[in-house]
Amino acid sequence: MAEPAATTPATAVANGTDLVEVRGLAKYFDVSPPLLNRVLQGEPRLILKAVDGIDFVIPKGKTFSLVGESGCGKSTVARLVVGLFKPTRGHIRFDGVDMAGLTKREEIEPVRKRLQMIFQDPYASLNPRWRIGDIIAEPIRAHRLIEGKADILARVGELLTHVGLSPVDAEKFPHEFSGGQRQRISIARALASQPEFLVCDEPTSALDVSVQAQILNLMKQLQREFGLTYLFISHDLAVVYHISDYLGVMYLGRLVEWGTGRRVFGQPRHPYTRMLLDAIPDLEMTGRRRIPVAGEVPNPINPPTGCHFHPRCPFAEDRCRREAPKSLPLPEGGEVACHAVEEGRLEAG
Amino acid sequence: MAVEQRGMEVKVDAPSAGLWAHTVDGLRRFFDGDIWYSFKRSPVTILSAVITVLFMSAALFAPLVAPHDPFDLAQVDLLDSFLPPIWVEGSDPRFLLGTDDQGRDVLSTLMYGSRISLGVGFASVIFSLFLGVGLGLVSGYVGGTVDAVIMRIADVQLSFPAILIALLIDGVARGVLPRDLHGEIWFYVLVFAIGFSGWVQYARTVRGSTLVEKNKEYVQAARIIGIRPALIMLRHVLPNVMGPVLVIATIHLAIAIITEATLSFLGVGVPLTSPSLGTLVRVGQDFLFSGEWWITVFPGIALAVLVLAVNLLGDWLRDVLNPKLR
Ligand SMILES: Nc1ncnc2c1ncn2[C@@H]1O[C@H](COP(=O)(O)OP(=O)(O)O)[C@@H](O)[C@H]1O
Ligand code: SF4
Ligand SMILES: [Mg+2]
Repeated sequence: MAEPAATTPATAVANGTDLVEVRGLAKYFDVSPPLLNRVLQGEPRLILKAVDGIDFVIPKGKTFSLVGESGCGKSTVARLVVGLFKPTRGHIRFDGVDMAGLTKREEIEPVRKRLQMIFQDPYASLNPRWRIGDIIAEPIRAHRLIEGKADILARVGELLTHVGLSPVDAEKFPHEFSGGQRQRISIARALASQPEFLVCDEPTSALDVSVQAQILNLMKQLQREFGLTYLFISHDLAVVYHISDYLGVMYLGRLVEWGTGRRVFGQPRHPYTRMLLDAIPDLEMTGRRRIPVAGEVPNPINPPTGCHFHPRCPFAEDRCRREAPKSLPLPEGGEVACHAVEEGRLEAG
Repeated sequence: MAVEQRGMEVKVDAPSAGLWAHTVDGLRRFFDGDIWYSFKRSPVTILSAVITVLFMSAALFAPLVAPHDPFDLAQVDLLDSFLPPIWVEGSDPRFLLGTDDQGRDVLSTLMYGSRISLGVGFASVIFSLFLGVGLGLVSGYVGGTVDAVIMRIADVQLSFPAILIALLIDGVARGVLPRDLHGEIWFYVLVFAIGFSGWVQYARTVRGSTLVEKNKEYVQAARIIGIRPALIMLRHVLPNVMGPVLVIATIHLAIAIITEATLSFLGVGVPLTSPSLGTLVRVGQDFLFSGEWWITVFPGIALAVLVLAVNLLGDWLRDVLNPKLR
């Protein structure tokens, strides 16, 4: 990915209005067989580059969506950003503060309050043994935001009302709720510490289509109400169409294209982005037909040389197999990493 | 899963609700639930439960319900020794199951013996449970070197029979501790020996469940909030890994009672002054060939029935909490 960030449009937005800044972020997993097997059977070390150097920024109050097929590293990015994983390389800055520099509890605490995460699986994200009231109050108690039983209870009721549930639901257990309701509870918990930034890892993927829209609308409404900034992750471009201010497309650990949502949906440049867009229903109403996504995602442990996408790319040439494309800025904003685009072999749109 | 959840809710302890309302709620759900239903339909289980409860009551209230106090020298008369059970020629109606060599009522010694057996058994199980659950939780949650060390120790220990471990610890303790202390601390030595020989089962099971739970998103949510690892283990993971522990504990109770009986039978367990069922069997067997069979056979039967009943309860509990195994 493009290292000299100073010239990219990414920093053009980054004039103090960016809440989150990700630079050269990478996470490698050691998936080698146990030491004994390696020694006895001569098996090599295996390194899985789940995230391999990505850059993006998210301006305050905006939504940056990250899309890509399953296994391309989206969840790993999410977990890196909220601090569940330590990056192998790269930096995450939150409101100008490098999170890697925060080591003491007293330093991390104030940042933690300001970011929260919503997960994919509404059945695993709530402790089945806890009452809803205790689940939602957990961040409040942990950060000592409110003292006193009655006040906490009142705040929990308020949060439940915010997400479209009732204060009496605080007494119930998670198994008494549907998937969509549980996701609302997750959102209420996330909002409890009054965060500015929410990382949403496929919050609607496990839900019925009708419920998906309700949750997306709720999230949009909460964003307006509280001025929230979102990192919104999905494997489905159709889901993020209505909520993305910015859109990044990932392929095997790399960000292959990003730009404003309008630009990427309207004029996708990268062959992979085009392939994904061709596969979803016609959102722009141009009358084109759907084309299913071709090919399969290669094994991330042993990705293709050069441009990871070349085995599936209709525009692949020799250079693509040898050399990984650099992320280059586009005149209309955003970046794209593709030799064909760089060489002008691909006409825009 | 549904069965397990519904079953376990009885045990959920939430401070926010009124305790009474919560208890009523929990009881109602319990009696509506699958566990109670399965219990009602299994005569063997009902019988096992009745026997276990009988033993526990007899043990708990032995001083109140036992016809005699076999350890009160004022009540024991050597002239009453070797009396047979009442359905045998030459018996005395005061002694239902006969008397032993010192003239003590066998039925009463059984009750007091169960008291010791169950007492040592329960204490050992509780000790084992705390040790095993604690180590399993830490092992699974922390992982890495800590996990490797704990689990290797568990592997090594598991390659020896539990009774051997208990015998070893018991022997070492007896050798190391001053002799005149034995009379006072035998209980703790036994509980430690038997308890220590059983922690691996708990640890392995809890570690396995912890590995699953810790990757669930509710644990990650707590980590993002910044809850300390110790609190996450206690408040989040622990309540979700305790289901199988109950089953193990029940089956372990039977094993612990047998282990104690074996140690006592070998003469390294409970002292003669406060005999357990195992001690009674050992003492009584000296008279087996001289014809006074009741002195050893009744404690033997009591031991077998108690262990079998507890074991059957444990098996039933395992089946009911693990619908997949049915
Ligand atoms: N903790 C982990 N250990 C090893 N490999 C992992 C781990 N987490 C994710 N991976 C691997 O990293 C890749 C990216 O995973 P993930 O970020 O979950 O993708 P996505 O969310 O886009 O589906 C996958 O190949 C996955 O198998
Ligand atoms: S770099 Fe080559 S292979 Fe990769 S997307 Fe562009 S044209 Fe296709
Ligand atoms: Mg994912």
